[in-house]
Amino acid sequence: MAYSEKVLEHFQHPKNVGTLDKSKSTVGTGLVGAPECGDVMRLQIEVDPSTQTIIDAKFKTFGCGSAIASSSLATEWLKGKTIEQALTIDNMDIVEELALPPVKIHCSVLAEDAIKGAIADYQSKNGIAVTAMAAAH
Amino acid sequence: MIKEPMRVYLDNNSTTPCDPRVVDTMVPYFYQKPGNSASRNHPFGWEAEEGVDYAREQIAALLKVDPKEIIFTSGATESDNLAIKGVFEMYKSKGNHIITVTTEHKAVLDTCDKLTEAGAEITYLKVAEDGLIDLAELEAAIKSTTILVSVMWANNETGVIQPMKEIGDICEKHGVLFMSDATQAVGKIPTYPKEIGVHLMAWTSHKMYGPKGVGALYVSRKSPRVKVTAQMDGGGHERGMRSGTLNVPGIVGFGKAAEIARLEMHSDAERLNKLRNRLEHELTSRLEECYINGNVDHRMPHVTNISFKHVEGEGLMMTFNQNIAVSSGSACTSASLEPSYVLVALGLGDDLAHSSIRFSLGRFTTEEEVDFAVEKLVAGVNHMRDLSPIWEMYKEGVDLSNVQWSEH
Repeated sequence: MAYSEKVLEHFQHPKNVGTLDKSKSTVGTGLVGAPECGDVMRLQIEVDPSTQTIIDAKFKTFGCGSAIASSSLATEWLKGKTIEQALTIDNMDIVEELALPPVKIHCSVLAEDAIKGAIADYQSKNGIAVTAMAAAH
Repeated sequence: MIKEPMRVYLDNNSTTPCDPRVVDTMVPYFYQKPGNSASRNHPFGWEAEEGVDYAREQIAALLKVDPKEIIFTSGATESDNLAIKGVFEMYKSKGNHIITVTTEHKAVLDTCDKLTEAGAEITYLKVAEDGLIDLAELEAAIKSTTILVSVMWANNETGVIQPMKEIGDICEKHGVLFMSDATQAVGKIPTYPKEIGVHLMAWTSHKMYGPKGVGALYVSRKSPRVKVTAQMDGGGHERGMRSGTLNVPGIVGFGKAAEIARLEMHSDAERLNKLRNRLEHELTSRLEECYINGNVDHRMPHVTNISFKHVEGEGLMMTFNQNIAVSSGSACTSASLEPSYVLVALGLGDDLAHSSIRFSLGRFTTEEEVDFAVEKLVAGVNHMRDLSPIWEMYKEGVDLSNVQWSEH
């Protein structure tokens, strides 16, 4: 199975790898997947509370190339978006952008869940009603 | 001029390159000697038959068996099917029970599974953490209806070699046929069915530096005289056990590969053992948290299977797969999304199974290639660990077994 150019590009030069300080109230963390399943994604956002805008995003992923590319792409898309805008990111947008084959769709689902998880964590930390939960699947 | 990137093939358990000496012996049989070995009435047929007969002798010499005990097939999968289904059909009046092992190749497992539809009862022996079966458990599983024990000689994923002689002795004591899928062993270590007590043995040419599309089944002719029911109807070739025009060039190449193996097996094994140990030592001393899978004292000299903790196998392979060919037990390399059942049978957690890489060296592997692979692997593992959240958690001292994972 060959990988798409975009998957290869994100895999070879992943964007926004790293860790944000999860003790800060402005940072939300989403940790999804499980080691037994072969995929674990941790996606973090830092939010400017005055504008509800995501000013930074970082990830670390244990997984295949498509999982790494999906999370790298997600962090790129998140930066500069408001929470409201970020919640509209759909896993199929990631599938389309990266040209993921059907067996790799779960990587994009995981990325969407990680986004929602990070936002939910930020919201609950700050006493804001949680707007979306990661889908159980 | 841009130098071609180095390409290193460490996936010889998948298939081996054809030895150039093998190719040379095959070439005349495509055009100058085009005959069908079953044509008895003209020289074209005779010379094809001579080629096949000679190959049969070369192969018999490698196994120390009678040439008449070699049945040519299309490969190991067909040989496994012929042996297991053929024995079941031939001996079903004596019983319907077959014993095999959870770590067998799919060609054995799926064949056994299929036979349950025809009334077979299958016992799947478990293996210990080192990949070996428990002999007492095997003996206890044998009952009055048992007709066949099928245990692979060496495992394709781990290289672990089963205690063949002991299994042969147990089968003899209980009067049960012993079949072995020896695909990974023949031509690489001594495989003498008569000394071991193996009555049927399946393997293929393309894992021993011969061409693809040709394999064999050894079927004991004397004490005991074993018969298998043919699985294809036709011209009654191969003593009625396998119909179909023989693949003459393939068989001639298979024979040459067997002759080379007989003469060079020991020196190849000695050299590859050193190279394998070098690879293993370099990787495990330069990288933390590496685990060698399977028994290290009873395994093939050219194979090692290593789990690199907290790194996912397919992702790791992507860091070097332009240059280095290996295999992974990671689910992501298969359509099923399940990690290797062989490694899971060894009791590895799914996480370590997802993190495994199989290196299988071969006759043409050089020290320079091994050293190159080590550099690529070390860089790849370090890169993937930098990206891995669970490596970071592990480094921070988080007990990963206490983390509430969101299963999906």
